[in-house]
Amino acid sequence: MADTPESSDLTPDRKGYWPGVIRLTLTLLALWFLVSFGAGILLREFLDQFHIGGAPLGFWFAQNGSIYVFVALIFCYCAAMNRLEKKYRIGG
Amino acid sequence: MDWTLIWVLATFGLYIGIALWARAGSTNDFYVAGHGVHPVVNGMATAADWMSAASFLSMAGLIAGMGYGGSVYLMGWTGGYVLLALLLAPFLREFGKFTVPDFVGDRYYSGVARVVAVICALFVSFTYIAGQMSGVGIAFSRFLGVDFNTGILFGMGIVFVYAVLGGMKGVTYTQVAQYVVLIFAYTVPAIFISLMLTGNPVPQLGFIGNLKGEDISMLQKLDETVKGLGFESYLSSTKTNFDIFCITAALMFGTAGLPHVIIRFFTVPRASDARLSAGWALVFIALLYTVAPAVGAFARHNIIESVNETTYVPAAGYAQGSQLVSEAGETPSPAWFANWESTGLVAFDDRNGDGQMQIRGPAAPDGLENEVTINNDIYVLANPEIARLPEWVIGLVVAGGLAAALSTAAGLLMVISSAISHDLCRRTFFKGMTDKTELRVARGAAAAAVIAAGFMGIYSADLAFVAQVVAFAFGLAAASLFPVILLGIFWKRMNREGAIASMLTGLIPTFAYIWHFKLGAGKAATSEDWFLGVSPEGIGFVVMIGSIVVGVAVSLVTKPPPQDIQDLVEDIRIPGSRRSHGIADSGMAPVD
Repeated sequence: MADTPESSDLTPDRKGYWPGVIRLTLTLLALWFLVSFGAGILLREFLDQFHIGGAPLGFWFAQNGSIYVFVALIFCYCAAMNRLEKKYRIGG
Repeated sequence: MDWTLIWVLATFGLYIGIALWARAGSTNDFYVAGHGVHPVVNGMATAADWMSAASFLSMAGLIAGMGYGGSVYLMGWTGGYVLLALLLAPFLREFGKFTVPDFVGDRYYSGVARVVAVICALFVSFTYIAGQMSGVGIAFSRFLGVDFNTGILFGMGIVFVYAVLGGMKGVTYTQVAQYVVLIFAYTVPAIFISLMLTGNPVPQLGFIGNLKGEDISMLQKLDETVKGLGFESYLSSTKTNFDIFCITAALMFGTAGLPHVIIRFFTVPRASDARLSAGWALVFIALLYTVAPAVGAFARHNIIESVNETTYVPAAGYAQGSQLVSEAGETPSPAWFANWESTGLVAFDDRNGDGQMQIRGPAAPDGLENEVTINNDIYVLANPEIARLPEWVIGLVVAGGLAAALSTAAGLLMVISSAISHDLCRRTFFKGMTDKTELRVARGAAAAAVIAAGFMGIYSADLAFVAQVVAFAFGLAAASLFPVILLGIFWKRMNREGAIASMLTGLIPTFAYIWHFKLGAGKAATSEDWFLGVSPEGIGFVVMIGSIVVGVAVSLVTKPPPQDIQDLVEDIRIPGSRRSHGIADSGMAPVD
């Protein structure tokens, strides 16, 4: 495979693709950390003064909320990766 | 007629039928189901593979007892899938080999690294499988009146048929059936209980709702009740935040590093399917994991309400006994308590001789002693009876527990057999082996592993021991396997020396620490003796950080990996660009 960066419509742009993947991964991992270690553990006592229904918010994040966000994060990752692959013409 | 027996026989028949239909014809079929599994189907199989007897039977009870402290299991055992989807699964699928030690051996161009990875994988899998097998034995001996050892033999026979004949292909499709059985068995009683207690049929909403006909939320009422009886608050924990943080992290990184979970993602056609499949796996897992805290809280509330301060009525002559108690103007103890007493999962010891059942915590304000012991598993097992569901539902729960145990055992067997037949035999000791011979060796290894696992189940019948060693599986997976796989993908400069140093740094201290505080001399130690105040369950995370630092440092002071390997790493990052590379793929073309 050629080493020079290509701009033709069919050649995959491997050089642009990977930094995009890393950026996306770090963003989603920050959210992953925020809802579990953040809301569920480190900020729990602060968040517990608010309520979702009858459950203290921090407690709810630790037992239910974080799991919903985890599921959403993975599907967001799939959609964003598909877009990245299309943009940089990477064949999955 | 005994519904438990009917359900167990029906589901076992189904598993055998699937096994006969999905037989493996090649090593490709046997190890990775021919790379032909649909992502949603694989997601479902992964969920069953992942959720063990402990998730199904014990977790809700564990959370019920620990309250907020139980959150470590909920976040830890689900958050790992985000790491899998984003950091490992798609890249390992693009790499295109059969096992986890395969990746380590080829990426780090080293037979030594491969063998160290085999040791890690075998150790993790064997500690885990012993628990599944004794779970099967307990289910049989308690609910079907069969001897414990005979029960394990039954379980071994079933797994033998579909794992040895069908390999990964047979395991995949039986796991799908097992998922359906276990999720049905878990959610049906939960829906009815939620409806009874909160008036909301969705357990996740009942969990945050008010008690039916009252103006107080279920959780707040529960918290007041348990505190009033002298237990720890349901909504907070006495553990330090730092310890909770470390345990959650060790479980998350451990989940992502568990070989039997990782190899499930080798069965889908493409890298993009691997990440999608991780998403579906978590959907199917979340169906149980978001219901579990509700089941735990409901059951704790129900058990205290229906048992505490009632007059004890023994199982023998329960009908007349309870009528007499009612006529005397007192509340008789519930029928389910009497029914479950014979299993030993619940017990009553009338310490103060007043004939009343007192449930009390360690700091009871009235100074009374606790008289009622309740096993964690009862929260799920007795749920249908507490909710007064028909008898067939109770039998279904036992079949669900067996499905959870057998599906996890089968996944672990695949790791064990492929580590032996592929990594040790084909790739290390007998390099000229043909595919046909390897398939035969793989079947033999699976058969031997079934037998070994059965014996481990029989000899580790002491369940307390099993629960203790599960800390090993997660700690070791997090500290020894996760770092080398992660760095192998995201850092091209990571080399053979760094990988071996990193795995050993993960393996040895974690093993020593858990052994010392769980089984060895430090068993009676208190949290003040722990390193940085981290419990044995959480130490895997702390060691993992150290093992990453060591891996990077050793790599930087030794020779960079060969160009071929660096090109290989480039390839696996970009879907669809994987080519053959001399050193890593010598003797083995990359598998499509």
